[in-house]
Amino acid sequence: MKILVCISNVPDTTTKITFTDNNTKFNTAGVQFIINPYDELALARALELTEKQGGTVTVVNVGLADSDPSIRKALAIGATDAIRINAEPIDAYFVAEQIASYAKNENFDLILTGRESIDYNSGQVCGLLAEMLGIPSVNAINSLEIENGIATMMRDIDGGREKLSAKLPLVASALQELAEARIPNMRGIMSARTKPLTIVEAAGIEKNSATIGFELPAAKGSCKMIAPENAEQLIELLHNEAKVI
Amino acid sequence: MSILVFAENTDGNFKKSTLEAVAYAAEVAKNTSTTCVAVSIGNVDDTKAEELSKYGADKIVNVKNDKLATFIAEPFAKILANISSQENASIIVVSNTYSGKSIAPKVAAKLKAGIVSGVISYPDTTNGFKVRRTVFSGKAFADVDITTPIKVLAITPNTFTTLENNKTVNLVSTDSGLNDADFNTTSIEVTRVTGKIVLTEAEVVISGGRGLKGPENWHLVEHLAEALNAATACSKPVSDMDWRSHSEHVGQTGITIKPNLYFAIGISGAIQHLAGVSSSKVIVVINKDPEAPFFKAADYGIVGDAFEVMPKIIEAAKKLKAQHA
Ligand SMILES: Cc1cc2nc3c(=O)[nH]c(=O)nc-3n(C[C@H](O)[C@H](O)[C@H](O)COP(=O)(O)OP(=O)(O)OC[C@H]3O[C@@H](n4cnc5c(N)ncnc54)[C@H](O)[C@@H]3O)c2cc1C
Repeated sequence: MKILVCISNVPDTTTKITFTDNNTKFNTAGVQFIINPYDELALARALELTEKQGGTVTVVNVGLADSDPSIRKALAIGATDAIRINAEPIDAYFVAEQIASYAKNENFDLILTGRESIDYNSGQVCGLLAEMLGIPSVNAINSLEIENGIATMMRDIDGGREKLSAKLPLVASALQELAEARIPNMRGIMSARTKPLTIVEAAGIEKNSATIGFELPAAKGSCKMIAPENAEQLIELLHNEAKVI
Repeated sequence: MSILVFAENTDGNFKKSTLEAVAYAAEVAKNTSTTCVAVSIGNVDDTKAEELSKYGADKIVNVKNDKLATFIAEPFAKILANISSQENASIIVVSNTYSGKSIAPKVAAKLKAGIVSGVISYPDTTNGFKVRRTVFSGKAFADVDITTPIKVLAITPNTFTTLENNKTVNLVSTDSGLNDADFNTTSIEVTRVTGKIVLTEAEVVISGGRGLKGPENWHLVEHLAEALNAATACSKPVSDMDWRSHSEHVGQTGITIKPNLYFAIGISGAIQHLAGVSSSKVIVVINKDPEAPFFKAADYGIVGDAFEVMPKIIEAAKKLKAQHA
């Protein structure tokens, strides 16, 4: 089985978000970048599947050279090889088109993404990519089994879960319970140095959106404190003052 | 030209998020002097579908087919894209629910449309086509300009009003015109949470953290939720330890929610937790540590032991419920 896992390089979850250049650019100074947490789960499940059933796991990232540490980490975790499509990831549409233009001649049986990247939270690459490749996609999966070319999955839906199946090839996006993230071991880290990381030039694709500025949410006003012995007053305040219950 | 909106249904009924999307599309249509076309797909009665005209739909296309009674991404996206072309739609609006999230990118790719999700503003068309969205899991906002002729907007639930805006009913009922090849995934079983308020749709959410010590103490969360018709949620370590199900885990790596009231009990307010809940309109924090970072993000707070204050709060909430019963 030939699996492709799409990984994005995102700021660590503890990052305090700030902007520069008159609020038009994310301030990366001092920011630690990591593999997007959902993508790590996708990678872990891909490795579990190939360990059981044989096959290869390729990771792909659309990004500049600053993504390389995250890509090397994916190799250290166990990916067979890696592709970096050398372009600034402008938006989900652009990223999906770049990956599609690479993947269309590669005949992957399965392509996994994260449910969303924790920086831009678009959650669109899975659906866009599938459509561009003309294959089905399933969002937000919590389990994935493959047997005889058929994928059986559990996915989150509004207010519940759905068990469904689809014939490979398929694109699916990973949710929390899909797998346990893996930590690279020493052997993995050593072998990652010699695994292939191929840089592919970006396809000439026009962008169809542009982020023109950022803003931080207004700071909250002061918190109204209620003495614990008068805790019941809270309900009255929420009803009459905040009017939310 | 028209503004098209996907009117998602659950078992034949429209949820609040659907009505918000229709009202949003109607407002955009009004501001751009065009018409709002609502598309319902599934097994919705015509009389039910007609209700969408109350929220500003100038035209309702009701696609009925037994095979589409529950949401299936592939055929739904195809139908929506086909009708968008027929109706010459310049903007397609969906609500950013699970279904909306799975259909929006497919429709966008089919129509070569620019797409923005997590939208929290009406489009600003004075110079280009700008919308505001949340980024960094709610830690910031971004203004995005879409440059394609057709645009797909996935709007954040519980952000826009559902103001009534009565239009004359104009309903067209059709079949889907799909064939078997369009169904490329097969649904095996759907399990819906019953008798509980769904977290992503809830207006009030009561949430517990590690400060509650163990699953046996969750009655403090559940009893308050019951009295306030609220959904229940938890912090990540709580679901990691299996005190509660992962489907309740909110935050940067869990569910992002935007209720009117988020009520946090024994949660410290780590940055990853706040990312998923900070857009809530009102936040209440109960924590015994006055230095807990969550108080900085809160509107109301009690510094106290949850095991002492919660019974009083639950009592008061039950009384309020009884008064309004
Ligand atoms: C990559 C990554 C992603 C993460 N994603 C998420 C996420 O999505 N969501 C999330 O929630 N976390 C996430 N976390 C974890 C996060 O950093 C915190 O560890 C977590 O939110 C803490 O949960 P907590 O507040 O329940 O527990 P704690 O931090 O242990 O806080 C418990 C609180 O309860 C209070 N308390 C104790 N006893 C009482 C009492 N009797 N009465 C009242 N208060 C009491 C304490 O004062 C304390 O403030 C993530 C972490 C990482 C590294």
